[in-house]
Amino acid sequence: MTRLAAAFARGRPALVTFITAGDPTPGATPAILDALVEGGADVIELGMPFTDPMADGPAIQAANLRSLGAGTRTADILALAAGFRTRHPDVPLVLMGYANPMTIRGPEWFASECAKAGVDGVICVDIPPEEDAALGPALRAAGVAPIRLATPTTDTGRLPAVLDGASGFLYYVSVAGITGKQQAALGAIEAAVARLKAATDLPVAVGFGVRTPEQAAAIARHADGVVVGSALVEVVARHGAAAAGPVREATRALADAVHSAR
Amino acid sequence: MTISNSLRAMPDESGHFGHFGGRYVAETLMPLILGLEREYKAARADPAFRAEFDDLLEHFVGRPSPLYYAERLTGHFRTVAAAGKGPKIYFKREELNHTGAHKINNCIGQILLARRMGKTRIIAETGAGQHGVATATVAARFGLPCTIFMGAKDVERQKPNVFRMKLLGAEVMPVVSGAQTLKDAMNEALRDWVANVHDTFYIIGTAAGPHPYPELVRDFQSVIGIETRAQILKAEGRLPDMLVAAVGGGSNAIGLFHPFLDDPGVAMVGIEAAGHGIDSGRHAASLTGGGPGILHGNKTYLLQDEDGQITEAHSISAGLDYPGIGPEHSWLHESGRVSYVPITDNQALEAFQLCCKLEGIIPALESSHALAALPDLTARMDEDKIVVVNVSGRGDKDIFTVADALGVEL
Repeated sequence: MTRLAAAFARGRPALVTFITAGDPTPGATPAILDALVEGGADVIELGMPFTDPMADGPAIQAANLRSLGAGTRTADILALAAGFRTRHPDVPLVLMGYANPMTIRGPEWFASECAKAGVDGVICVDIPPEEDAALGPALRAAGVAPIRLATPTTDTGRLPAVLDGASGFLYYVSVAGITGKQQAALGAIEAAVARLKAATDLPVAVGFGVRTPEQAAAIARHADGVVVGSALVEVVARHGAAAAGPVREATRALADAVHSAR
Repeated sequence: MTISNSLRAMPDESGHFGHFGGRYVAETLMPLILGLEREYKAARADPAFRAEFDDLLEHFVGRPSPLYYAERLTGHFRTVAAAGKGPKIYFKREELNHTGAHKINNCIGQILLARRMGKTRIIAETGAGQHGVATATVAARFGLPCTIFMGAKDVERQKPNVFRMKLLGAEVMPVVSGAQTLKDAMNEALRDWVANVHDTFYIIGTAAGPHPYPELVRDFQSVIGIETRAQILKAEGRLPDMLVAAVGGGSNAIGLFHPFLDDPGVAMVGIEAAGHGIDSGRHAASLTGGGPGILHGNKTYLLQDEDGQITEAHSISAGLDYPGIGPEHSWLHESGRVSYVPITDNQALEAFQLCCKLEGIIPALESSHALAALPDLTARMDEDKIVVVNVSGRGDKDIFTVADALGVEL
C-alpha cells in the first residue's frame, strides 16, 4: 500500500495540511513541517512558490512572495522534501504548485527529482486533464501520483476526464474561487462528495476556505479528508521563523476535530 | 493547396500552435473555456454574428482605417539610404479608430460573444489603460457592468485613462499584488473570473491566454490585414514586400500578418521592446531574450529565470511591458515564417519624434517601436519595394512619458 493510500485507510477522516516551502525562509521550513506531523496531520502538501499564483488568495500569495524574497529555489524545495522523507519515512508528502516551475527543465527531470526526494504526489493547479501530456506521463513513469482537482464547475459529463489518470486522492475544491476565501455551504459539499465518491474509488479530500476545527469536523463527517491551507499559512505569517510551536497547536486542534468527526 | 499545408490553419483541435498555446488553466475555468470555444465556433459560422460585428466596426469604430502613403518618411529614408534604395512606406492607420488604437476591434467581437453566452458582467485587465478604455467603451455601448483590473503602479502612472474608464462607467480595481503592473492585473482578473464564472465574461486584451482566446482575438483583429490586402492591391496593384508591426502580446501584429501568412513573397517582421537593451536585462523581448514556458493559460515564450519564476518586463511603452507573448508568435518565430527584431526605448523615442515632425502623426510608443525598425529593415530594399507598417495606436496618451524621457517639464 502506498503512503498516500495508507493515510486514508486508518478508519477515520484524514487531515491534509498545506504550507508554502521556504516561508518565511527555507531554513525555517523543516521545523514547520515537523510541527505539522507532530500536530497530527496525515498528509503534507508542500507549496512550491511561484511569482504568479493565479489561483491563490491573499494569504498564500503573500507566502509565495515571502519565500521567493528569501531566495527559495527549486533545488531548496527538493532538498526540503528529501530531508522530510528521511525524518518521516511514513508520512505522505505532496508538492503543490504551478506548471511553469514544474516543467521548465522538462517534466521528466521534475518527476525524477520528485521520486528521488521521496515525494508521493504532485498537484499542479494549472495543468487540467486536457494538458496532461505536459507532466502526467512523466510523473506516472516515475511512480509519483498526479493528484487531480475537481471543482463545483466539474459537471458529470466532464468528471470521467478528470478521473482518467488521477491517482493518490481526488482534491475537491469546494468553492469556485481562490484559496482562503469563503467557505461553501455544507449541504453543497455533502452532495458533491457523494457524486464524486460514486464515480471513483480514490479518497476524496475537500479543501478551499476551511479555516476552523469546527468547519473541518463538519466536512470530515462526509469526506475522506479535509485540506487546510490558508489558515495555517496565516499562522506562519504571524509567527515567522518561530512558527513551529503555534503551527503544531493549530494542527493539533484541527487533527483532533477531524479524526473524531465520525 | 490542402488546409494542412497552410500556415493559417492553426491552432489545432486542442488549441495548440505546434507545442505552444493550449489551455493551462485551473479546473474551475476549464468548463467555461470549453463553452467559450463551442460558442465561438457557432458564432463564427453565423452570418448574423458577422454582420453585427461588421456593422459595429463600420459605424461605431469607424472602419475601414486608411492605408496611407507616408511620403515624407519614405523620402527621408531615401536620403539616408544608398542610391536607388528605400522602399515606399505605407501606414495602416489603426490609430484613427474610435478610442485611438486597434484594441477596440477585439473588444467589439468579444462583447458580442459575451452577449451570445448570456453573460451579464464584463471584466478585463489593462496595463497602460488602452484595453481598459476599449473594454469600458463597449461595456457602456451595450449597457453591461464592467470591472477593470489595473496594477496600482499603472493606476498612478496613467491617471487620464483611469478617469476615462470611470467616465465610461467602469469600476477600476487597483491591483496591489506582485509588481503591481500588467502581469499582476491579469492574475487578479483570472482570480475574479474563477470566483464569478457563472455570470462573468473575461475580455482578454491580446492574442494570448488559454485557447480559444489567441485564436478568437486574432480572428477579430484580422480585419487589419484583410483591409490592408484590399487597400494595397487597389493602391499598388500588388501585395506588399514587407509587413512591420510592434509586438507586446502581439494582437495588432497577428491581425496584420495572419491574412498574408500563405503569401511567400510577403516578409513579416515583429518588433519587440528591448527596453534599456537586451544585455541590460531590463527589456520586454520574450522571443529575443526569453524561453518557452507556461503562464496565464498558455505555453509561449516568457521572460523567466532558470527555475521558471517569471521576471519583470521593462519597456517605456506600457503596452509592450509584459513578460510574455501570444503563442502564435512563438510558433511563427520557431517556424521562421516571421522574424522578430528588438528595438530599445531610445530608438522608439527617436522614431516617435521623427513621425510627429515628418508625417504630422503622433504615434503611440508601441507603434513607434515598429517605426524605429524601418531604417535597418529597409536600407537594402529597392525604391520600387513596398512596406506596410501598422500604426496601431495614437500617441496622445504617451506625451507625458515622452516629455519625461526628454527632460521636458509640462
